[in-house]
Amino acid sequence: MLAYLIRRLFAVVVMLLVVTLTTFAIFFVIPKWAGADPALLFVGKQADPAAIEGIRQKLSLGDPVLVQFWHFVQGLFAGRDYANGTDVTHCPAPCFGYSFRTEQAVWPQLTDAMPVTLSLAAGACLLWLVGGITTGVVSALRRGTLWDRSAMTVALAGVSLPIYFTGLLSLAIFSYSLKWVNVDYKGFADDPAMWFESLILPWITLAFLYAAMYARLTRATMLEIMGEDYIRTARAKGLRERVVIGRHAMRSTWTPVLTLLGLDLGALLGGAVLTETTYNLPGLGRLAVNAITEKDLPVILGVTLIAAVFIVVANLVVDLLYAVIDPRVRLG
Amino acid sequence: MTAPLHGTSTDSDPVATADVAADVVKASVEGRSLRQIAWSRLKRDKLALAGGIVVVFLVLVAIFAPLIVSLLGHPPNEFHQEEIDPLFGTPKGSLGGISSDFLFGVEPSNGRDVFSRVIYGARISLLVAFLAAVVAVVLGTIFGIIAGYFGGWVDSLISRVMDMLLAFPQLLFIISLVSVLPNDLMGLTGSGVRIAILVAVIGFFGWPYVGRIVRGQTLSLREKEYIEAARSLGAGRRYILFRELLPNLVAPITVYATLMIPTNILTEAALSFLGAGVKPPTASWGQMLSKAVGTYEDDPMFMIIPGVAIFVTVLAFNLFGDGVRDALDPKGTR
Repeated sequence: MLAYLIRRLFAVVVMLLVVTLTTFAIFFVIPKWAGADPALLFVGKQADPAAIEGIRQKLSLGDPVLVQFWHFVQGLFAGRDYANGTDVTHCPAPCFGYSFRTEQAVWPQLTDAMPVTLSLAAGACLLWLVGGITTGVVSALRRGTLWDRSAMTVALAGVSLPIYFTGLLSLAIFSYSLKWVNVDYKGFADDPAMWFESLILPWITLAFLYAAMYARLTRATMLEIMGEDYIRTARAKGLRERVVIGRHAMRSTWTPVLTLLGLDLGALLGGAVLTETTYNLPGLGRLAVNAITEKDLPVILGVTLIAAVFIVVANLVVDLLYAVIDPRVRLG
Repeated sequence: MTAPLHGTSTDSDPVATADVAADVVKASVEGRSLRQIAWSRLKRDKLALAGGIVVVFLVLVAIFAPLIVSLLGHPPNEFHQEEIDPLFGTPKGSLGGISSDFLFGVEPSNGRDVFSRVIYGARISLLVAFLAAVVAVVLGTIFGIIAGYFGGWVDSLISRVMDMLLAFPQLLFIISLVSVLPNDLMGLTGSGVRIAILVAVIGFFGWPYVGRIVRGQTLSLREKEYIEAARSLGAGRRYILFRELLPNLVAPITVYATLMIPTNILTEAALSFLGAGVKPPTASWGQMLSKAVGTYEDDPMFMIIPGVAIFVTVLAFNLFGDGVRDALDPKGTR
């Protein structure tokens, strides 16, 4: 178990290094290879040569990429000093650098945006797991009934609907026409009621897509499991149907659901990007999209790294949960 | 009506000759080849057929877009200020300016024909989704077979790379990549570059999904007797990989490719929505929706039409893909 954990943590570190390097490469190596100047990307089209040279100095674009990368990693753990002419700015660890556009430190921007995305993701995740699994189980147990067929039709429609379309529709109907909800985001600490109200449409929109996938998966798994020998054994022992389903069948249903959950956490950030853009929520996704349009590398690097940390840690938790849920799984 | 079925048949045709051994075994037991069984199953699946018909219709619309637009619409980039209310910038008339002249109404503020733009948008959507699926399937099959067949460190390396790609915050990477690449690349210019970039990037991030499945299948197939038989008859590595293994992977690959197209359509639309798709004025559905973010309160039709276009297209591909999967599933009972 301990050996397993150490191996996994090592993999996590490698993963984070690769993500950071790749992001670096996207902004420093690929443009060069495609025949563009990275410094030009950052100053914009109408820049004069002096400004370009200034950027090159400031970002030390003259250094090899690996050296720049090393400075960045150093900054993360030990902080970093930026020399700007004569004065030196110290950026304490974890230092993600300063935005090219606003010149603000990146780390506080990240910590401001993180709770928004976490609220969005956690709420939606809870909603879709409960909704999706319940729908899937009930559909499987009542296979072929009207409930099953309508639930599966809605689920199929759900996986075919883009988030930004359902999002805009819900905004048009519930916020603009009916005026039921106010979607201006408020932090949980400021005003819990407003926080809840502002997030309810985003939660439902984001959860709907995933709930549909999970309902389909749970139904399929459940149908397969109900034909297994151990379910027949459980029934033969005279267990009540509720126990057979709740304790025996459900336990195996969790395994594929968890696998999918581990995979989806990576995609969830993509969903959050779209949801936050649609609802104008000040989260990591919107921060990233704005930074990307402005080619603000430090901010993009920050968001991607935070996202990668979140994804790999969540995947680790999912793998550990396997062993808890399915006794057939042995970590090693 | 038979058109959607042709899709699967041509996919597996080159394979037919090499698949003789497997088919003969099947035939002696069941009297029909796997493909024939899949056929008859698919024909009985009404929803899948409906999906298939819509898919064929959409493909035809995309191919004949210029013809359709010249008959029923206005050029997609032509401004029609006369259709726009100068005060509010919204289309004149109700429902976003829908009339016999402008079938789907006009775009707010500049009066472009929404019908023409939706039709041309279908071209981008389908082209990118289809080509990206091809890229993903080719890469995924090659790496999946290699990982599954050779095992050892090759397998570990490829599997780790796949795990890593799957755990990447993909959408962010794709937008970043698209935003830094220049507008002309390797002799291509205009929207051609963006289409090529979108295909490459969406395809690249899609291959691990195919790769995992192919690897898993290869792992179980390589231990089968017929591979052993081929090997003992002196067949080369290449022969075993492409003439013995590949034909038996066609079914899962076909299923995955069909189910991948709707996902790619959604990804392309999402990228356009975020401003990382084809460049304006080239029309795309995601881009229309992104403009609709600012106008939906005054002109909901301009949001509904491209949204429904994406929905119908993705749904049709999903229905058809589900049908193909059920038809090719050996566990299926129908």
